[in-house]
Amino acid sequence: MKQELLVTAIIFLLLFIKLSTKEWKVETSLTVINILLFLNLVSGFFYIRTGTLFGDMFRTSELLAFEKNILNLGTFIISLQSYSWLKQHKHVPEFFMLMLCTLLGMFFMLSSNNLLMFYLGLELSSIPLAAMANFDLEKRHSSEAAMKYIMSSAFSSGLLLFGISMLYGATGTLNFDEIAGQLTTQNSLQVFSFILLLAGFGFKISAVPFHLWTADVYEGSPVAVTSYLSVISKGSVLFVLVSVLYNVFRGLDASWYKMLFLISVLTMVIGNLFALRQQNMKRFLAFSSIAQVGFILIGITGESIEGSASVIFFIMVYVFSNLAAFGVISLVSAATGREGVDDYKGFYKTNPLLSWILAIALFSLAGVPPTAGFFGKFFLLLAGAGKGNYWLITIAALNMVVSLYYYLRVVKAIFMDDNESPVEKIHAPLSPKIAMLVCTAGIILTGLMSGAYNYIHSLLK
Amino acid sequence: MSDIPVSNILFVSIALFFIGMYGLFTRRNLITMLMSIELILNSVNINFVVFNKYLYPEKLDGIFFTIFIIAIAAAEAAIAIAIIINLYRSHRSIDVEDASEMKY
Repeated sequence: MKQELLVTAIIFLLLFIKLSTKEWKVETSLTVINILLFLNLVSGFFYIRTGTLFGDMFRTSELLAFEKNILNLGTFIISLQSYSWLKQHKHVPEFFMLMLCTLLGMFFMLSSNNLLMFYLGLELSSIPLAAMANFDLEKRHSSEAAMKYIMSSAFSSGLLLFGISMLYGATGTLNFDEIAGQLTTQNSLQVFSFILLLAGFGFKISAVPFHLWTADVYEGSPVAVTSYLSVISKGSVLFVLVSVLYNVFRGLDASWYKMLFLISVLTMVIGNLFALRQQNMKRFLAFSSIAQVGFILIGITGESIEGSASVIFFIMVYVFSNLAAFGVISLVSAATGREGVDDYKGFYKTNPLLSWILAIALFSLAGVPPTAGFFGKFFLLLAGAGKGNYWLITIAALNMVVSLYYYLRVVKAIFMDDNESPVEKIHAPLSPKIAMLVCTAGIILTGLMSGAYNYIHSLLK
Repeated sequence: MSDIPVSNILFVSIALFFIGMYGLFTRRNLITMLMSIELILNSVNINFVVFNKYLYPEKLDGIFFTIFIIAIAAAEAAIAIAIIINLYRSHRSIDVEDASEMKY
């Protein structure tokens, strides 16, 4: 509960800062907020309590605290990266209030032990995000993206709720543990309600039949919101999906294995095929993140301790690598307003350091050995192979080859292609520099040291 | 009261769900699409109340869930309408066909 209380305290502090008569300078408030978020991150590692609260609706454990720390870290990195963009904005406290509200919702969703708490957390984490997507109020694309996001998220939560109501009718309880005891594949109402729940989850993690909103929302939103959507929001829902599938719906595993098999193959193939032809960097990363979800679903199909350990490890790696890529894109976008893949031609000539960071991030996303992304994907495929379904693993391996093509296309544009008017030299402020350093160190260190995976594995026992 | 069978009421709620879905997919006006989503949420409310009343009358889980759904639907509508108003300012229209600059 401590982590949730801290986030709530920061939200109220920001509210009072906003309401006070004294006008704060934008730079000051950004620095104060970054320090607060850093304290929030650090305090998450101490005094971890375990147990349940509110009549078994809310539970905490060391694993959940660790997952929340990953989300805290991602939020802190995003807030550091968005410095250059928010400096030109006059609504800084509002932005962080919305962002921390969604973070609070994700914490409640992660800790939920009850469908009501889960639903409240999910809505708290998705409704303010729509307002954040619209944060560039005067841009046409921003409002279009927000409209698409609120409509699809409202529809998906409608589907999810219908599934929850059917599940309530079939079992008579909302508590996860009591539901888990009553599920069988013979009861078709339970399988039907599970399909609706999976559809709701599919919208949030943008798995393939439900992915259509992703690219448009990612392209139209401000870069900070795009990275928040693609890393934090998606990561938290994936954490919950793993624990819900393994703990609540383990009675239906024979049916959800086939569904996840189909969804993950479709997600990888379609995500990769569409990523091949993208010309906008944000859109390209949107489709690449769809393809990554396909790989994560393979890890989930493993249905073992290794399965959930590999998913959590991969999301941690994904936080570092995707945020490093988005960090460079957000710097370039804030300095020049250019977001096309072609604009990155000759980027190495003017910004060698940023080029290297972007290249390392893309190598990690593609899964090239010394980086952490390789080990993430390796553990996912290993967990998926535990079921002995080698067709799935073969399709995944072929898809990794396809994904190398489009990641390396960007790297080639940066290092080899000539350009008459490359992006000029960018002078980054201090806080984006720190964020880049954390991300790059994270990519390389979690790749070289195996301690992180072992730690997650030991938490799951 | 309880001589109406459960299946009749469930028929109403499922019909409401699919009417909402049909409206969401065919209507092009954003406000009407929002109304369709409210229909979906209300069908869920009926489901919860019926299951609670007929199948599990000794507990109140379903009723509480309904109250929370109503509250959240109001919050969702507030944000959605704010976004629609902003969309109208920039596009001069609340038709979804006019807000489709980003494709594929």
